Amino acid sequence: MGDLYDSQRAMRNMRKAAMQRGVIAILDIGTSKIACLVLRFDGPESFRAADGVGSLAGQSSFRVIGAATTRSRGVKFGEVDAMQETERAIRTAVQAAQKMANVRVDHVIACISGGRPKSYGLDGAVDIENGLVTDGDIGRVMAACEVPDYGAERDVLHAQPVNFALDHRSGMADPRGQIGNQLTTDMHMLTVDSIALQNIFFCIKRCDLELAGIASSAYASGISSLVEDEQELGAACIDFGGGSTGISVFMKKHMIYADAVRMGGDHVTSDISMGLSVPMATAERIKTFYGGVVATGMDDREMIEIGGDTGDYEHDRRTVSRAELIGIMRPRVEEILEEVRVRLDAAGFEHLPSQQIVLTGGASQIPGLDGLASKILGQQVRLGRPLRVQGLPQAAIGPAFSGAVGLTLFAAHPQDEWWDFEIPADAHPARSLKRAVRWFKDNW
Amino acid sequence: MRPLTATRRHRALPRDPAPSKWKYKYQRMMLTPGVRGMLRVGVPLALVGIIAVSWYSHEENRVATVAKWEELKDKVQQRPEFMISEMAVTGTDESLSAQVLSALPMTFPVSSFELDLEAMRKAVEVLDGVRSARVRLGDAGTLQIDVNPRVPVALWRDGETLRLIDEEGVFAGFAAARAERLDLPLIAGDGAQEHIAEALSLYRDAKPLHDRLRGLVRMGERRWDVVLDRDQRIMLPADGPVAALDRVIVLQQANDLLDRDVAVVDMRNADRPTLRMNKEAADALRRVSSD
Repeated sequence: MGDLYDSQRAMRNMRKAAMQRGVIAILDIGTSKIACLVLRFDGPESFRAADGVGSLAGQSSFRVIGAATTRSRGVKFGEVDAMQETERAIRTAVQAAQKMANVRVDHVIACISGGRPKSYGLDGAVDIENGLVTDGDIGRVMAACEVPDYGAERDVLHAQPVNFALDHRSGMADPRGQIGNQLTTDMHMLTVDSIALQNIFFCIKRCDLELAGIASSAYASGISSLVEDEQELGAACIDFGGGSTGISVFMKKHMIYADAVRMGGDHVTSDISMGLSVPMATAERIKTFYGGVVATGMDDREMIEIGGDTGDYEHDRRTVSRAELIGIMRPRVEEILEEVRVRLDAAGFEHLPSQQIVLTGGASQIPGLDGLASKILGQQVRLGRPLRVQGLPQAAIGPAFSGAVGLTLFAAHPQDEWWDFEIPADAHPARSLKRAVRWFKDNW
Repeated sequence: MRPLTATRRHRALPRDPAPSKWKYKYQRMMLTPGVRGMLRVGVPLALVGIIAVSWYSHEENRVATVAKWEELKDKVQQRPEFMISEMAVTGTDESLSAQVLSALPMTFPVSSFELDLEAMRKAVEVLDGVRSARVRLGDAGTLQIDVNPRVPVALWRDGETLRLIDEEGVFAGFAAARAERLDLPLIAGDGAQEHIAEALSLYRDAKPLHDRLRGLVRMGERRWDVVLDRDQRIMLPADGPVAALDRVIVLQQANDLLDRDVAVVDMRNADRPTLRMNKEAADALRRVSSD
């Protein structure tokens, strides 16, 4: 885990260097689109010391000076499938965003939506040596967490302390400087497939960019589309993407659970394509123009021309009623929601004080989805849009960009993670030599 | 049947807009601040520099440039506003003015850019009768030379020549004859010109004797003799000559000492003034006292 610690630290340093230069790019590599935002950190908050009265997520310290979206190629289920294609798509987005911003970007913060994320809850406890909790104790208690065997082919993406308890007082946000005997912590750890992560690393590297941070896209969507009280009281953010649907559960302003269903809007499109035997592009167009999940009597009479290019009149003049289209889409959407429900149940979502569910992501724009979701997931369902950040173009404020906007907040104000604290001194390999010398001194 | 709505068919997917790898790198390079600055400032500067250097490397171009420059310079310098047409010497008399004018041979009119005022000032100041001078460009194209002449305070006889010297002991001209400057004291002897101040104070002190005073002679480069007519001589000590002269003047006023037949009044020993009489007087005295 030392290796991971180092690489995450290196990314944090890269992020710091980028902040120094004032320009950083956000890259949301999704299955249906790749979005690139260029941020400039020159807002009023970036020059002011943090005095605790700043904006919620530090979003006033930067503004978006470049934004570009391109059709994604070579990405499936949120993972890189064809590297050359993905690289070309990233280059397209980055080039267009750079052109708009008129600056060169070298540092990129990316997110990963696939890679089969898996959440672990860890806890650790240490005795406080001199009665006062210091920075070193925080590092020690995190190092004392028992790390489960998450597999060789997986990497830790997030490891955030979500709770501290000192003796019998729990729910502390910051125990430093307090007096006690035993410090315990709960940590949320998210792992993803190494291969998926490595592929994204490699793609970005091939575009001459430096990776300054990587986050789970479910987490990014959550911090941008959940409002403050939802994050505080407990809520789940469902990010309907193209190839995967991310789930993140927030509580006390920390992510406590994240998962992903490997189904999304693209599967709905392919269902339409198969059901109506039309090309994927036509199916996508029909879905966005006429799609829905709740059929009414009116929909039986609304006929949609599905067209065709064969030259056969009968084939090219086919029509389908909107009710039929809904009949194709609804089972797939229901399937996705059922799968989400299973994941939320497994996570124990029903035990949270508030069970708000926020639907966001590009596929959440299907009309009637909130009604269907409230039947499956629970009563408190709303459609979420990302937080408004300065300079974001009108075309990029929709729910499809909640992941990208969440990454901007992540760039401006990242949550403390395990690697942001000093590694305990006795975990350093240099210390082991010293210990060996001491053993010799003691025994000879 | 052919579809009537042929234009409504779906267009093929748009061409892949992805930039090639080199195009991408090129665009990033062109967005680098250093490269942008170099292209905006460095390249035009370098181009102008190369053109200038290649043009200047031809001999005829260089010569033409210099000639053109000289022509322009002359055109400005020869404007009537800058021309000097006459020289005015102030603060001195006719003879010294003539000397100053002859020391500065010039042909008028001349451009003021070509005048070296500092050199002219030095040329004027090396003249004997000039203590200091100011040279400036005056109004209406005149070259104004303000001369501060040396004021002679004594005549110094050196063999057959009579020189005028000022109070610093500096040579300030010649006098043809003693009668020319009867107002000035005459001094002589080696090293006399270095002690003008003492000589002048002695001269002022000897005011009662002025009608008989011939001059002051520096003896042995250390003391003064006052020479009167009838070859009378007052020998003064090196220390306190003024007091000694005062004593002689008091003796003269009380006893008409110098009207008698005395050749030398020797005051070199302050305790014992000594008189040397002429031979006839001494003989007469000896004859009277032996009777």
